Amino acid sequence: MKHFKSILLLLVAFLLIPVQHIHAEEAESKELDIPEIVLEHLADAYEWHIASYEGKHLSVPLPIIVRSENTGEWHFCTAHSLPEPFFFSEEHHGKIYERVGGEEVRPIDLSITKTVAQIWIVVIVLITIFLSCARWYKRHDAHSEAPKGFVGAIEMVVMMIHDDLIKSSIGEKHYKPYAPYLLTVFFFILTTNLIGLIPIFPAGANVTGNINITFFLAFCTMLAINIFANKEYWKEIFWPEVPLFLKAYPAPIMPVIELFGVITKPFALMIRLFANMMAGHAVILSFTCVIFLGWSMGVGYGIGLNTFSIIMLLFMNCLELLVAFVQAYVFTMLSAVFIGLAHKDHHAE
Amino acid sequence: MIISILAAEGLAQLGCGIGAGIATIGAGLGIGKIGGSAMDAIARQPEATGKIQTNMILTSAFVEGCALFAIAACAFLIK
Repeated sequence: MKHFKSILLLLVAFLLIPVQHIHAEEAESKELDIPEIVLEHLADAYEWHIASYEGKHLSVPLPIIVRSENTGEWHFCTAHSLPEPFFFSEEHHGKIYERVGGEEVRPIDLSITKTVAQIWIVVIVLITIFLSCARWYKRHDAHSEAPKGFVGAIEMVVMMIHDDLIKSSIGEKHYKPYAPYLLTVFFFILTTNLIGLIPIFPAGANVTGNINITFFLAFCTMLAINIFANKEYWKEIFWPEVPLFLKAYPAPIMPVIELFGVITKPFALMIRLFANMMAGHAVILSFTCVIFLGWSMGVGYGIGLNTFSIIMLLFMNCLELLVAFVQAYVFTMLSAVFIGLAHKDHHAE
Repeated sequence: MIISILAAEGLAQLGCGIGAGIATIGAGLGIGKIGGSAMDAIARQPEATGKIQTNMILTSAFVEGCALFAIAACAFLIK
């Protein structure tokens, strides 16, 4: 119960972050541009937009940190008070650019964007959950009594991933050093996916649907596969058991294909997570936009389309709950299987 | 001239849509086969459910990955 209170306190603290009203610079057009709205929600941003009403936008300002290419100075500001040589480039998806002479250059940009802020929130949530669970094991003897309630639920999930997935995919002998990494990846992806489904402020950013994030996760898996791979694995790549002319002279096709496979495995992980989560967010947002589209066409259309889109929204959100879990599970399982392949003991005939 | 350019652009978008659709058909067929065989296998050997399920998810992830490559490519091409 004590942890519940501290989590509640954390949420309240987030809600007390000063929010500011920003006047819209141009008059809002009456036309609804649905692809625009959907893409805007999917993309990263320099401020956390919450709501708009009659041309006024309610959003949480996030810090922008840029280094000027011209003077080498670091600037620290918000999207509202961006200094002069910098501007949001429309043709580069709203990223910050700088005017140097007549040219537009991209300055070094270390801004705390929406995605970064969301990752930090996820990290805080994960640390709170797991440190509070870890405390139970410090105070109790885990061999003689079983945890109850929340700690028990977390233990169930951890044991499921640890025993059924990591141990069985990598193998009894080698799984130990990889278990912490794979469990971290699983819970990070799961929590980010689930938090991404909550539509309001301290949640809802499209993190795992951002290809940079999935690229990094896949890159870590690639390192985990290749750095600690054993001799058998590299022999399979450079000297597989095929006729000599296929692996040496005149046509070293097999090593090329196998090397290509080293890259495509993590690449597939990256694309799978990215495309699944982006598509899920896009479909949910499209159904949300149908509500506004309906009302802009008239009351009759409004009521009819509302009913349709709310039913579909509920359905899609339930489906996305499932997808959130399945994608985290699949990413962890494929990582574990690939790591297991890099630790084969002998050549399987 | 302008009309033909506009038509070409429209055709390009149509191509993206059709490409994504074909990829989805392929993935649907593939995952359907995997799911069907897994159900058969579970019905025959209910005690091996866990192992079959793991392998089913693994295989369908591969099929899905292929289709998602195509769909991502189509999504990037569409303007």
